[in-house]
Amino acid sequence: MSEIENKAENGSMDGAGECTAGDPKDDKGLGLGVIFFMGAFLICFLSGWLLFPKLLYSKKEQPFNFDHALHTGEAGDCESCHFLREDGTFSGIPNLESCMECHTDEPMGETEDEAVFCEEYVAKEKEVPWLVYARQPDCVYFSHAAHIMGENAKGKIDCITCHGHIGESTTSRPYEENRITGYSRDIWGKNIWGIKKNSWDRMKMDDCAECHVEMDGHKGYCFQCHK
Amino acid sequence: MKIDRRSFLGLGLGAAAGIAVSPVGVKLTDDSSIWTQNWPWTPVPEDGEITYENSVCSLCPGSCGISVRKIKGRPVKIEGDENCPITGGGACLHGIAGLQYLYDPARVKTPLRKNGKRFEPISWEEAISTVAGKLGEIRENGSDTLGLITGGAQGSMTGMFRRFLDAFGSSNAFAMPSLDANLELTAQTLHGAGKTLGFDLENSDFVLSFGAGLLEGWGSPVACYKANSSRKERHGKLYQIEPRLSNTAANADKWIPCKPGTEADLALGICAVLLSKNLFAPGVYPGGLNRFTANVTKQYSPENVEAITGVKAADIEKLAVEFANAKNAVAIPGRGRGDQGQSLREFAAVQTLNALTGRLNKKGGVFIFDKESYLSFPEAAMDEIAEAGAGKDKQAASLDELVTKINASDAPLLNALFVYNANPCYALRDPKRVKDAFKKVPFVVSFSSYLDETAMEADVILPASTFLERMEDVPSGGGLAKQVVGLARPMVNPVFDTKNPGDALIALAQAMGGTIAESFEWETYEEALEAIAESVWETLSEEGYAVVAEGNPEGIPTTNFAYMADMPDAVQAQGDGKLILMPIDNMRLTGASSPFAVKTVSDKVIAGKDVVVEINPATAKGLKDGGDAVITTPVGKAKVKVFLNEGMMPGVIGMAKGLGHTYDNPYVAGKGVNVNDLIAPVIEPGSGLDAAFGITASISKA
Ligand code: SF4
Repeated sequence: MSEIENKAENGSMDGAGECTAGDPKDDKGLGLGVIFFMGAFLICFLSGWLLFPKLLYSKKEQPFNFDHALHTGEAGDCESCHFLREDGTFSGIPNLESCMECHTDEPMGETEDEAVFCEEYVAKEKEVPWLVYARQPDCVYFSHAAHIMGENAKGKIDCITCHGHIGESTTSRPYEENRITGYSRDIWGKNIWGIKKNSWDRMKMDDCAECHVEMDGHKGYCFQCHK
Repeated sequence: MKIDRRSFLGLGLGAAAGIAVSPVGVKLTDDSSIWTQNWPWTPVPEDGEITYENSVCSLCPGSCGISVRKIKGRPVKIEGDENCPITGGGACLHGIAGLQYLYDPARVKTPLRKNGKRFEPISWEEAISTVAGKLGEIRENGSDTLGLITGGAQGSMTGMFRRFLDAFGSSNAFAMPSLDANLELTAQTLHGAGKTLGFDLENSDFVLSFGAGLLEGWGSPVACYKANSSRKERHGKLYQIEPRLSNTAANADKWIPCKPGTEADLALGICAVLLSKNLFAPGVYPGGLNRFTANVTKQYSPENVEAITGVKAADIEKLAVEFANAKNAVAIPGRGRGDQGQSLREFAAVQTLNALTGRLNKKGGVFIFDKESYLSFPEAAMDEIAEAGAGKDKQAASLDELVTKINASDAPLLNALFVYNANPCYALRDPKRVKDAFKKVPFVVSFSSYLDETAMEADVILPASTFLERMEDVPSGGGLAKQVVGLARPMVNPVFDTKNPGDALIALAQAMGGTIAESFEWETYEEALEAIAESVWETLSEEGYAVVAEGNPEGIPTTNFAYMADMPDAVQAQGDGKLILMPIDNMRLTGASSPFAVKTVSDKVIAGKDVVVEINPATAKGLKDGGDAVITTPVGKAKVKVFLNEGMMPGVIGMAKGLGHTYDNPYVAGKGVNVNDLIAPVIEPGSGLDAAFGITASISKA
């Protein structure tokens, strides 16, 4: 046996010796280890579930409160303000010009929010910097026209299916912005586990695919939405 | 109880397990992947309402109508305008990349004044008063020492500049070489003053092109593309005469290679055949045809022409008969883009061929138009100095001649010079001599949008808004068979502190006072344009275009053969090298180039940073395809790469034009060499044109 082999063998034997040398005190250590394990597990699990979303999202308030219910009552349905342009593109959130088809710099009602709108935006001809709950990443191409203008049920989806009952809301909830991606929490959904109960709870690619499979029997192709 | 290693292990494992089963892992993975797909620092264009607005592209003489797509008022794309009477919806790669010029790194962002070797920014007020003050001094000591260089000679903007010179008292207005100017000079020589030529390519069943690069940017490029594709449907013929198998030649029914610079000789050879065979058509020839007939048949017999051009005598005769017998045939002059390095002799010889075969004012032939009648300037107010200046002759017949004269004279020939829409320190032959001439002019005012090679030589720059930022009438030219004027409208507010040059000129005139101010009594250029273009304004402003003339003009115009009967001498290439270096026009490299356009240039034109030259394998003794070589001409030397090309006539080296810019635009400059650096001008006696079709050269392995 060479010297090197000798050393190696001795070395390994040494190691084995240490390992097998039992010590009764270790049991207590193990018990404590389990307690520490359980404690840490619980704390981390709970913070991952409850605290993490609070850290991940920053809350922002809309420039002022917007009462959808009031407007749908006065102006009509969703399409009165969120319409398709002549060329088929979607107008999205109305710009100041559209609002001013009804509003002037004199408030029509009594609410404080309308006063803010009239003074800060209409009078100063400044666009309202609305935060858009449903904005998708820029790499996603979505055509509203294709989803609402179709001939049959497939292409005649109502707004609620994706956007929920926002039209009935009387106040604007805070906008929650993902600090990493910069996108709205509405895309991943309120539920941090990604669990959804309603079709409008989430707006991830899987949700698009789910509906497409249901309607078309196929998820669709990458380039249909990612152009 | 003792806390030991294991407790900590438990703690760590517990934490890890806790995190692992919480949503943190899956959520962070998802978020980080979204983040990487949407780098927050990547600029993303704003979304908004899409609108389209129409305007006209003036990047080249094409005058194509464009439709600018805007999102939320911001132009994002340029397409052709389907209503354009010239193109019917086409646009070239320069036009569609036009937005890049708005944000060009070399743009002049504010008025500049040269201080030593560097420019310093100044306000518009200061710039105008500096220029007005300086011009006032100069005017006292000789008003005819103010010169002007413009890109083209048409349109209200050039008209405004010329008017300024009139009111100032100088007749020294010059324009860069252009196809329009060449056609006008030809018309003037053969058919009388105030006329120009338009070629009815769309209806011609036989186009005999004397090197005209119909697919390389000749005339109104998109209109030529259209005429070429419709020719195939109409079963019309195209014969292309030139030393190189260009795109046009490759598209033609027949390619007739001739030695560089001998196109005129071939045209005269064909004339001689027609006259000797009595195949010519009757026409209106004041001064008669006899002297021309006698001289041309003597000097340009098919055998003589074969010796000069390299085209077989039998082929010349056949070609003449074929051309004479075709129904709607037309011959077109102007090698390449038809602007630079052309001779009046050549243009006139080709037009003589049209006249002799009765193609004037005939469908599918050539139209003799009266020049630009839609503009009418009110009479300029003239004081004594202006009257005196108006009586004096121009310093030179052409810009190239002017440059030569400035360099030859000891005392300054010009004390001040305006440059608008022109880059002579790059685009004229042997630009070094142009720069030298500029240095001899004490006060140069540039109205450039870009700090290009010429603006660099200026003392003051009054930066112009680009064509997308201002209003201007854009008259069609470029040998079109109809005369159309389009209206370029501001598609966007000026991105930088620039002005419509018309407004800058009005401000300058006002600052100078006296009769100069009286000649410019408009508030704005837009007001001036409305008044000057009154005859077409209603249509122009409502529809964006006004058709000034369309269809063949009535009657047969007169043709005067005096110039051709004198048998003007052919211009020879300078030097005594064995080969001829010939510039090649390329649609992708014209005028100011956008980063987009430069990216589309093939590696047979530029390889890395080296310019590629084309040479026939038979001529390229010892040179390898793709190898390095050095070209030497009487005026310069350049390192090049070699492309062995059977489509190049033996004895000729071809090099692309439009490379080798040296100004501060990394996308366009620093690529290859400027072929003009290697070619000296050869001034044609009489016309004053730089008629150098090339220069003699030698090439050797590097
Ligand atoms: S051909 Fe000339 S005018 Fe027409 S789009 Fe191209 S650059 Fe503009």
